[in-house]
Amino acid sequence: MSEEPDVDTSEAPAVTPPGSDDSGGDGHEVVLRLTDVVKTFPGVRALDGVQLEVRAGEVHCLLGQNGAGKSTLIKVLAGVHHADSGEVLWLGEPFAPATPQAAMRARIATIYQELDLVDDLSVAENAFLGHEQSRFGFTKRRSAAVKTREILARLGHAEIPPRQLVRSLPAAAKQVVSMARALSHDARLIVMDEPSAVLAHDEVENLFRIIRGLTAQGIAVIYISHRLEEIREIGDRVTVLKDGRTTAANLPARDTPTRELVSRMTGRTIEYVFPPRPTAPTAEPLLVVEGLSRAGEFADASLAVAPGEIVGIAGLVGSGRSELLETIFGARRADSGRVTLDGHRITSVGGAVRHGMGMAPEERKSQALLLDEPVFKNMTLSSFAGFAHAGFTDASDERKAASKTADLLELRPRDVSRPARTLSGGNQQKVVVGRWLLGGTKLLLLDEPTRGVDVGARAELYQVIRGLAADGVGVLLVSSEVPEVLGLADRVLVMREGRLIHEAPAEELAEDTVLDLVMAGSLMEGEAA
Amino acid sequence: MITETAPPEVQTGKGKRRLDENVLRNLGLVGVLVLLVIIGIITRPDLYSDPEWVKDNIFTILQQASAIGVVAVGMTFVIIGGGIDLSVGAIIALAGVWATTLATQSYGAAGMIFCALLVGLAVGLVNGVLISYGKLVPFIATLAMMVAARGLAAQISGKQTQVSTNTTINDIATTRPLGIPLLVWILALVVAIGWIVLNRTTFGRRTVAIGGNPEAARLAGINVKWQTLLLYGLSGLCCGIAAIMLTSQGTSAQAAMANLYELDAIAAAIIGGTLLSGGRGTIIGTLFGVLVFATITNLFAINNLSTEVQNMVKGGIIVAAVLIQQFRYRSLTQLLKR
Repeated sequence: MSEEPDVDTSEAPAVTPPGSDDSGGDGHEVVLRLTDVVKTFPGVRALDGVQLEVRAGEVHCLLGQNGAGKSTLIKVLAGVHHADSGEVLWLGEPFAPATPQAAMRARIATIYQELDLVDDLSVAENAFLGHEQSRFGFTKRRSAAVKTREILARLGHAEIPPRQLVRSLPAAAKQVVSMARALSHDARLIVMDEPSAVLAHDEVENLFRIIRGLTAQGIAVIYISHRLEEIREIGDRVTVLKDGRTTAANLPARDTPTRELVSRMTGRTIEYVFPPRPTAPTAEPLLVVEGLSRAGEFADASLAVAPGEIVGIAGLVGSGRSELLETIFGARRADSGRVTLDGHRITSVGGAVRHGMGMAPEERKSQALLLDEPVFKNMTLSSFAGFAHAGFTDASDERKAASKTADLLELRPRDVSRPARTLSGGNQQKVVVGRWLLGGTKLLLLDEPTRGVDVGARAELYQVIRGLAADGVGVLLVSSEVPEVLGLADRVLVMREGRLIHEAPAEELAEDTVLDLVMAGSLMEGEAA
Repeated sequence: MITETAPPEVQTGKGKRRLDENVLRNLGLVGVLVLLVIIGIITRPDLYSDPEWVKDNIFTILQQASAIGVVAVGMTFVIIGGGIDLSVGAIIALAGVWATTLATQSYGAAGMIFCALLVGLAVGLVNGVLISYGKLVPFIATLAMMVAARGLAAQISGKQTQVSTNTTINDIATTRPLGIPLLVWILALVVAIGWIVLNRTTFGRRTVAIGGNPEAARLAGINVKWQTLLLYGLSGLCCGIAAIMLTSQGTSAQAAMANLYELDAIAAAIIGGTLLSGGRGTIIGTLFGVLVFATITNLFAINNLSTEVQNMVKGGIIVAAVLIQQFRYRSLTQLLKR
């Protein structure tokens, strides 16, 4: 990978006008053109004017941080979401698929990160799922198998038997089956959402070979990945999204300097307000993690958190950060290594909670809340036994304590007898944090604390978290939003592919440095060279 | 991320809403009961003109509901905790048969009661261990137990009806302290204790938590497996109580007793508003569910109608109750989404 640190990008034109006669494509016709596409969800503008131009036979890469709008964009193309305004031209015609089936019929196929295959059907049945070859309602198994074999051969994987159950295939082969499904629809555009995330290193090479084969047949590919080196290898042109907008379009994938790509992705239009950071505490560490490993998830993780300190882990989805947090909490069993809190060895959730550890998990609704139960019962979920007398719960005491915590956290609405379901995302998160405040927690693990929380409520949550630290609570925070980790934490750890690769005080790190580490680790390589 | 939508923060006093919903559903069931009585009055005015008969008939209905009511209370706990217990009828049969063997009867009434409770509790705990620690699906584990426990009951009894010669046991069904049958007192006591345990104790809170969101409960430090184990033990214990009640009513026990009690108990809980997916339900609702079924049975009996028609009506009521429940739930969630 070539680094060109001297290029000054600040005055370079951000957006190459679409349709201009640049050499990025290979002279093929434009098959897809998006102009000023807008998609809003209640309270958030997910897409806020997206431009995109894809040519036949090219690999067009989409780059952007989490929340930049990539997922929404591909869902608009796949017929899952419908654009509010703007123009989508597909093969020169206005295009607005009402359903995923309609998008398929229009020959746009999407391969999601979580492959949507039916494990207990065969390869051929999966390839033709939804448009089975049939006569009088009877499936034509033989003809489907024959056609599937043809398609697999086209993909260079004739060795996958069409009649084998998908369940028994390795991840890489499943991905090939997904592509076979796309080709069974005779797709002219295939959208791939982080296809390399589920693959091992050598399998990625094979994926690239398949993609090159597809583009040679004139099929266009939209390729989403966080790994810059992949984009450089397989991509033809790059479009960068930030906060739902196209900040750079049709950059040449091979030659655009990393610095420019990163700068197009960073620098928020909405600046978050972070509370001031007091001088770093120097107390004895509260939490000590030594050499923690879990096969296939993360390896040899060591870290420490002091009382009153906020430690942030920056890393992408799939980097092993959530798994690491859950293992520290005792919710997953470590293969090796140890976790101690205040000198107590932690091996189970029960022990973790008893010794004063709490966790706000990534999926609030499915992992943290009883949505139909009132707020106060959610807040006391880990401490109601402490309020009880001889096994009898004391709802009025619980309610009082929860109300006090609600005041502290500025919960809105303040009424703690409402079902948790009726609260907004930010306030639900406050309920989960409040749960551990009530339990007298000494160390709080936060996994993506501001996920699904709107901008205003974020600032409040940051205040709450900083306030906790000021009261002596240690905080270990995981987030895929780099500015959040940098703004909130005292000390930052960078996690990539299951390893903690860098550690530094937050004020010594710049956003683009961290983003670079998170995505490519190129800075480390550069330093080593 | 931008996938989530924030619900609007309006409508204060929504906390009262769920309570209202439960009360509303129970009122609905009371309405059904009243309707059934009115049908009874219309079809048999001759009987209903006699106040003595009416009083006796009420006790008949309550006595009929007593054993199944006790089982349904245990079942309600299991379902709220996110499980299901298909083995309750079989556990009753096993506990009843075991308590009436000649050997057990030689220990007297206390020995028989102790035996029934112990057998019920033990079999329930076996269910619990299979489900919590053996990681079997509750449906499968208790289905297997349903078959196995009836088999063991048949083995012990040699497929014979075992007559209870113990007068203390047999008198349970006939004594009337303060003019009310003892069986009805037992039902009232179990319902009262069940209500208190579910609504006022840490045990009840854990039950709702593990049924409502097992992962959240686990991550909050609740021992989900242990609590699950206890719930099946509780259900088994209720079966032991019911076994004594039924043995007393019939002055005998056999391997085929309490046939299909699992279905009646589940149906009563469901029409009483217990969510089959767990996390929500009331003891009072279940009691009303049991009473509705007992009253229907009674209505058919006083009109000398066949049990076939009766079963069809029961099936219809179950479907209607669940449809109403789904409708309410859906309209409520739609309301919140807006």
